[in-house]
Amino acid sequence: MGFIERIFRSAAPAWGVHPDDRKRPAADVPLRSLPLPERLFMPLQQHVGGAARPVVLVGQRVWKGQMLAEAQGNISAPVHAPTSGHIVAIGEITAPHPSGLAQLAITLASDGADEWGERHPVADPFSLAPDEIARITAAAGVVGLGGATFPAAVKFNLGRRLKVGTLIVNGGECEPYLSADDCIMRQRAAEVVDGLRIVMHAIGAREALVGIEQNKPEAIAAMHIAAAPFGNVHIRPVPTRYPMGSDKQLIQALTGKEVPADARAAEVGVLVHNVSTCAAVHRALRLGEPLVERIVTVNGGAVSAPGNIFAPLGARVADLLAFTGLKVEPSRLILGGPMMGMLLPHARVPIVKGASGVLAFDADEAAVHEAGPCIRCGLCTQSCPMGLLPLEMARHIRAEDLDGATGFGLSDCIACGCCAYVCPSHIPLVQYFSHAKGELSARERARLRNEAARRLVEQRSARLQREAREKAANAARRKAERDAAKARAAAAVEAAAKVSEPIP
Amino acid sequence: MTAYLLLLLSTALVNNVVLVKFLGLCPFMGVAKSMDSALGMGLATTFVITLACAATWMLEHWLLLPFDLAYLRILSFILVIAATVQFVEMVVKKSAPTLYQALGIYLPLITTNCAVLGVALLTAQESMGFAQTLVYGFGSALGFTLVMLMFAGLRERLALARVPAAFAGAPVSFILASLLALAFMGFAGLNF
Amino acid sequence: MLMAILSLTVLGSLLGLGLGIAARKFKVEGDPLVAEIEALMPGSNCGQCGFAGCPRLAAAIASGSAPVTACPPGGKALALALARKLGISIDLAAVADQGPRIATVAEDICIGCCRCTKVCPTDAILGAAKQIHNVIREACTGCGNCIDRCPTEAMALQPLPVTLQHWIWPKPLDGAALAPARG
Repeated sequence: MGFIERIFRSAAPAWGVHPDDRKRPAADVPLRSLPLPERLFMPLQQHVGGAARPVVLVGQRVWKGQMLAEAQGNISAPVHAPTSGHIVAIGEITAPHPSGLAQLAITLASDGADEWGERHPVADPFSLAPDEIARITAAAGVVGLGGATFPAAVKFNLGRRLKVGTLIVNGGECEPYLSADDCIMRQRAAEVVDGLRIVMHAIGAREALVGIEQNKPEAIAAMHIAAAPFGNVHIRPVPTRYPMGSDKQLIQALTGKEVPADARAAEVGVLVHNVSTCAAVHRALRLGEPLVERIVTVNGGAVSAPGNIFAPLGARVADLLAFTGLKVEPSRLILGGPMMGMLLPHARVPIVKGASGVLAFDADEAAVHEAGPCIRCGLCTQSCPMGLLPLEMARHIRAEDLDGATGFGLSDCIACGCCAYVCPSHIPLVQYFSHAKGELSARERARLRNEAARRLVEQRSARLQREAREKAANAARRKAERDAAKARAAAAVEAAAKVSEPIP
Repeated sequence: MTAYLLLLLSTALVNNVVLVKFLGLCPFMGVAKSMDSALGMGLATTFVITLACAATWMLEHWLLLPFDLAYLRILSFILVIAATVQFVEMVVKKSAPTLYQALGIYLPLITTNCAVLGVALLTAQESMGFAQTLVYGFGSALGFTLVMLMFAGLRERLALARVPAAFAGAPVSFILASLLALAFMGFAGLNF
Repeated sequence: MLMAILSLTVLGSLLGLGLGIAARKFKVEGDPLVAEIEALMPGSNCGQCGFAGCPRLAAAIASGSAPVTACPPGGKALALALARKLGISIDLAAVADQGPRIATVAEDICIGCCRCTKVCPTDAILGAAKQIHNVIREACTGCGNCIDRCPTEAMALQPLPVTLQHWIWPKPLDGAALAPARG
């Protein structure tokens, strides 16, 4: 390999795509705060794992930061009140999800005071045991804010158990339009660095690598300054390439290690946390504040004044759009990024923990091209960051051959959308994969159900046999008792006869 | 030795039973839907053809010719082939029940597979020696298996393709078979 | 003439003898396939397939007289597993899979007679005499045995509601996508 090729290879990875990032001017607008909406809607499940269980009653008055619902199960996270006020309802609302299905949520009427309840700041988190940090983080409801929403504390414990040496802090933010992480690194670099040092302490990592895409020079500069005093925190600019913000790609870019299929990042000795998650950990420990607010990028062609908004969780998308103003009626609303975000059924859905952005697209941006035939150009295979063959997988899924698709590595697909982005025929490849993954997990559930039913049937027949045995035993016992009683009675009669005989 | 190799090659490719002589089309269209069952069918047929060739050679040279009973050739050959197929069926049922299930009715139908009788009759007609007969039978069977596998592989891919409704299923398979046959005509140009 | 009759007779009897011996030697005890198929089935013997219990259906599937899609509680998942076992291909679109269904109790008309609890193959119905019964969602296989037993028609089969966790992206509409190039 020649010298020039080597340079180019290190500069731009062979996978992925380079979409027009459209982050500016929204990224350069100063951070604004959303005026407190009258009503806030807190879904009970804003994270991966079990839904939280409500611990408040309708009509109850709550303080900002008070726990509304507790974690339920090993992988779960509590939900806290984003402001002070009264609980007005606990019921179903439309979920921020493409299906438009309902989800249980707690509705809170704000009293406008925004008064914090009791907070327990920790002056020196580094004096705490790692367990204690994980406990506080879990109690604060901190989940992965990059979009995965995996409970952060569960990852801490996993990292410590697998003796992770390197913490990778994900400041990639490779999705176009979004700049929430960029904003937090520019404006709260000190919080991010402090948070990531607490995370390092919690998992026992020796060093931290902060990967930031090169298209965010201001963030890189701010983070360099904030990290300067700490020798084991390294700021590493990475090439701008979508999906650099995906765990496996960032790990490979920063450490050269490849995470095997079906394995977790911790198994190669690294753990990935998002920059916003680190900032949330900082707040949870240093200020004692649970996760009730986050930075949301509001962007898209339909927005009059795009930018980053500091918003309470539970505020509706409509509230944010009303705050930034709309030029035209949005043709499409997306929660998250344009590549992997979720299509919203309407704007009356709440902002949740994993919502890094709200995109309101105008007609041009939302234009959908009609899908054409596959011309087997192979662009999708070149762009796939996981090295899969999207066209082959889609062909098998179209013919309902899900096993065939799995054979081509469907389970390794991270649904980044690169293949659909480059497809000259506009084939909705990712939708095929999402459909197939859903169908496969439904089959798996059905299989488990069948197995469970089998077990139940066996237990029932065991129970019926046992009951029959007991019945027989009881009958035998009763018969014996009756016989004994009869014998006794007969004996008594005889004895009485004997006694009475001599009398007359 | 070279003669035998040439014989093997020419029976397998140049005079392929299925695509050049058009014998044994029934399993070719019926079974060659998945690679697994095509391979199973190919192996079973290979076994039957080779065994039947050996048996019929003995029958021909030790019974029919000495006693001048050549007119009983077809009758007695079918008898021998049927017995061989019965034997193969028993073995497959015992050793590979799922293959037995997948081959279904086509397994006993090897009896009436004209490729088997055809190859046996051809060797008798050409009055070949024993070794030659064996190679001829084995080569033909190899050709049969090869074509079955090729066709099954193509049809597996064809199942994923979008075929106009009027051609879906059997029609497009026939078109595929004809294209394959055209391709095999190319082997006729091989000059040894 | 005599020679022809004699030779064919001898040939036929020799082959018959050989096959007879082989049949002894390669005798299959029972059908291993039936046992394998039965192991895959739910085993609740609910009878929705029209056969008297799972072993009968397994035998019917093994002999080819019943389709692999015959088991309603097993649904698509079972049909696929069976098709793979038997090495056959099935058209899943043709499988009438209305999705999993479960029994539900209309609480206002349940009189608490306990008849349904006795016929449930998986003990999925909870109830005591004169108490409103309820169905444990996770345990119900949707076999429908209880429906006819209810004297007040309080039991009904209903599709399992779709939740966020169970929702599946629809398959893209099969328009021009992936069609062979035209012209």
